[in-house]
Amino acid sequence: MNPRIVVTGLLLALFAILPLLTQAVGQPYLLSVGTRVVIWTIAAVSLNMILGYGGLVSFGHAAFFGIGGYAVGILAAEGVQSGWLQWPVALLASAAWAAAVGALSLRTRGVYFLMITLAFAQLVYYLSSGLEAYGGDDGLNISRSRFTGLIDLRDKAAFYWLCFAALAATLWFCSRLANSRFGLVLRGARSNELRMTALGFPVFRYRLAAFTMSGALGGLSGILLANEGAYVSPAMMSWMKSGDLIVIVVLGGIGALFGPLYGAIVFFAVEEFLKPLLDLLHKGWGEYWQIVFGPLLVVIALYARGGIDSLLGRRHG
Amino acid sequence: MEYLLVQVLNGVQLGLLLFLLAAGLTLTFGIMDLVNLAHGSLYMMGAYFAWTFITWTDSFLLGALLALPAAFVLGVVVERVVARRLYARDHLDQVLATFGLILFFNELVRAVWGPEGRSIAVPKFLAGTVEILPGVPYPAYRFALIVVGIAVAVLLAWLVARTRLGMLIRAGASNRRMIAALGVNIELLFSLVFGLGAVFAGLAGLMAAPLSSVKIGMGDDILIVAFVIIVIGGIGSIKGAFVAAMLVGQIDIGGRAFLPDLLKAFLSPAAASGAAPAISQVLVYVLMAGVLVWRPTGLFGQRS
Repeated sequence: MNPRIVVTGLLLALFAILPLLTQAVGQPYLLSVGTRVVIWTIAAVSLNMILGYGGLVSFGHAAFFGIGGYAVGILAAEGVQSGWLQWPVALLASAAWAAAVGALSLRTRGVYFLMITLAFAQLVYYLSSGLEAYGGDDGLNISRSRFTGLIDLRDKAAFYWLCFAALAATLWFCSRLANSRFGLVLRGARSNELRMTALGFPVFRYRLAAFTMSGALGGLSGILLANEGAYVSPAMMSWMKSGDLIVIVVLGGIGALFGPLYGAIVFFAVEEFLKPLLDLLHKGWGEYWQIVFGPLLVVIALYARGGIDSLLGRRHG
Repeated sequence: MEYLLVQVLNGVQLGLLLFLLAAGLTLTFGIMDLVNLAHGSLYMMGAYFAWTFITWTDSFLLGALLALPAAFVLGVVVERVVARRLYARDHLDQVLATFGLILFFNELVRAVWGPEGRSIAVPKFLAGTVEILPGVPYPAYRFALIVVGIAVAVLLAWLVARTRLGMLIRAGASNRRMIAALGVNIELLFSLVFGLGAVFAGLAGLMAAPLSSVKIGMGDDILIVAFVIIVIGGIGSIKGAFVAAMLVGQIDIGGRAFLPDLLKAFLSPAAASGAAPAISQVLVYVLMAGVLVWRPTGLFGQRS
């Protein structure tokens, strides 16, 4: 049997029952880590759409954390508590921003694309830190979205399952997309843009559509992140977070459907593992685990392009 | 009027500081085709080296003079150990690897120098003010920064335009495989350029230190501004980096100085003074987006 299916199936099963497990072992802390892993996976899946399938290095994806989050936060601060209103508005805002950024930045190539996506993300970052009415630099405490009668987001297990359902839907959508005609055009343009253009495909429009969808899904992760901590702040879209998202995607395996899930798990687990390991070598070293993690990224960039996904055997398609 | 003059000078001073950082970045970018996110770490290390040497020698000048060769050595080591393996790789690998370097350096500083920030005092002989015009005082340290900045810019222009090393740098920027084929020791050239960039970054870091503080991650945000500058100016162009740095310096300082009064017409005073720095930052990115839409390879970039 294909090891990829076994490993992925086990992981998904584990994640599906995580609240029961953490309750059984009496570690509610693990559930909040798990919630964050799931939310970051959604963001990384959305980045993977543009970075993996599209081959476009977008370095401003954390902006969608912020746009999704702030849309919820600002509406909540203005007295609109209903999630039925907040969430669609946040998704639309993310998609609209992505469409605008994409329309401008997809005209550029290579490193200019990387820089202009980064610049637009910084723009949103500084705009949010200038919003004195909504907390400015300090951020904004919000009350969680209300879906009265349906689900209470303050219930940690219920919120986790909601995030997990969102992740499952995102993965399902992404797998359908990747193997559709649309996804094939996108991947074709990654290999050879000129050839796709010559075949008559409007590559720019396909990429813009992908960028917009990717932004909307990124916004979804922002909505969830805001509800997880009941808090939004400019820090959630600092450019280092965009870097973290790229790390997760590459770590898991670029362009692999479940890559972001493996990447996010390892990214969050590595801290928990490296710390005690280093402390074992010398008491107190664990605090400085990033001294090891940083060079590890260098090694991965140099020698392990396929990421974790490539450890699970060859991928077809 | 005097206020305006002082603010313009502040903008020039910030612009020159940014130019120092952007110059090294645009050289490594233009010649080696390397997206070096860790350039901000070299800026931070320059400041920490300076703090150590200044504390050790008890002299600002001596400490600064010792910090520069240290930054050079660090730059060469980073080039030999990591950067040179990345030149032929795609930008994604470069981003990932140099992002890893940032994490490494930030954590290294925390382990060696501790988590709390350090401060470098303005040297005594530059503690006062100078009269730039009769009756218009200006802080002597900032004035010295402008002088040093201009001197370095002139030195760099001379180096690139008039020396043999500069000739090789320009040749490398237009076609590095060709000059390698012509028998130039390109590995040595790359190490030198990287080390030079590290010296400029370190110089910027140590000169900025007395105006703010020496702290972990101090290079992370200013690095992005330096990237914006080289994209506006055109990748690989020193002249472009200078013009763009001056523009960005004026926008940033001008925005902070004059926007609050302008915004008070629409907003409460507190909101206006809070929003002004953010808006002046936003203006910098709007400038970049505008330039890229108008000229996709920057003001002085080569058309491909």
